[in-house]
Amino acid sequence: MELPDAASLCEKLAEQIRPHLTPDTALIGIHTGGVWLAERLHHALGITEALGTIDVAFYRDDFGSRGLHARPRKSDIPFDIDGRPLILVDDVLYTGRTTRAALNELFDYGRPGRVDLAVLVDRGERQLPISPRYCPLTLTESLPTGSRLRLSRSEAGELSLRIINA
Amino acid sequence: MRNPQLTRNGELQHLLTLDGLPKAILEQILDIAEPFTEVAEREVKKLPLLRGKSVFNVFFENSTRTRTTFEIAAKRLSADVINLNVATSSTTKGETLLDTVDNLCAMGADMFVVRHASSGAPYLMAEHLHATKRDHISVVNAGDGRHAHPTQGLLDMYTIRHYKKDFTNLVVAVVGDVLHSRVARSEIAALTTLGVPEVRVIGPKTLLPTGVERMGVRVFHDMHEGLKGVDVVMMLRLQNERMQGALLPSSQEYFKVWGLTPEKLARAKPDAIVLHPGPMNRGVEIDSAVADGQNAVILPQVTFGIAVRMAVMSMLAGG
Repeated sequence: MELPDAASLCEKLAEQIRPHLTPDTALIGIHTGGVWLAERLHHALGITEALGTIDVAFYRDDFGSRGLHARPRKSDIPFDIDGRPLILVDDVLYTGRTTRAALNELFDYGRPGRVDLAVLVDRGERQLPISPRYCPLTLTESLPTGSRLRLSRSEAGELSLRIINA
Repeated sequence: MRNPQLTRNGELQHLLTLDGLPKAILEQILDIAEPFTEVAEREVKKLPLLRGKSVFNVFFENSTRTRTTFEIAAKRLSADVINLNVATSSTTKGETLLDTVDNLCAMGADMFVVRHASSGAPYLMAEHLHATKRDHISVVNAGDGRHAHPTQGLLDMYTIRHYKKDFTNLVVAVVGDVLHSRVARSEIAALTTLGVPEVRVIGPKTLLPTGVERMGVRVFHDMHEGLKGVDVVMMLRLQNERMQGALLPSSQEYFKVWGLTPEKLARAKPDAIVLHPGPMNRGVEIDSAVADGQNAVILPQVTFGIAVRMAVMSMLAGG
């Protein structure tokens, strides 16, 4: 499957978000791809509020069967989320389970005013009632089960989309 | 030979001792503990990892700090925590350790946190669970006799890594009553595994075990010599309750020779950190000026201890 250029998708995503920004909107990236993407958006949109990051490892629903992965990172939300509009940023939306975990984690920090979801790619096949508000690309054909669609970042900082087959 | 602490896939199944635990597992525990430190700053200080699990704190010996930090750690992971002060219950009526275990399993235990005056008691429990095909139930050693206190050793390693970043260029001194100290054994094992090039033990001959050199440490019987140029000073508590016979003249005498005073600490590097597992005997092994001074990291140790215990429990419960 031909994958589009991540940088131009990222620009499109920023333009989708821009008209809806309010002065107190904050971005929260989900580790790891979502954080890279959120950093780009944060810069492109000129958001002044610091960037939040979360690692959903402690909220995953498969902990009982898979345990913790080797190196979870610290979540860091350097602002008060109560009443604030938040945009949760992830690279790829698939089953929706990561988004569910991220929402649960967010609500342990307080009660946000609203939460929207921004993703670079929606690969479909949802298992939960979750949909993105901002998404520049929706895949129409499904990827083989077990294959993973991921954002990767080169040493020079360039983002690209990759399919990793199981 | 089967390592009773690890599963067949090499993952942590019980935490009994740091002796012989692979470096990769030690580092994994420290890595996983790091994000747990942040939970204390949240509005809701709880994670769902142990939701629906029952953790039994079984203390056959008294403890306040260790039991409390284990309890906080388990509660922050959403576990149900049941505290048993066995010192005042069934065992005094004659029940054996393994009968106690079987009874608590019948009550639905998923994890035991155990402290016992006899070295090897947690190991015996783990072997019993294995023999009775209950490998899904984990045992965490919270201190057994003079043998091991692995979570204390781990939180000390976490503290050292937090302040010094790298283990491979450090000189670390363990000071005091090594003979009676399970903490010292766990510390020395972990320091060695993590690649500390020079571990020293400093203490009077009567309080160092014979053959301590075989643990890969340099032995000093003089504080001024032993503390020279060290990066980390790990004080031990003088174990009055474990002391049998006249090993020491008096605690005042001990303080004079072996107590950590600002003058003695001045022999260490200026940025040296001072650790103590608590409870401290001020004026016996440590001077108040040091305990409350800028080199002391004794209270951060307690805070880090919660995150480290959360890491251990979540590694045991997951997958």
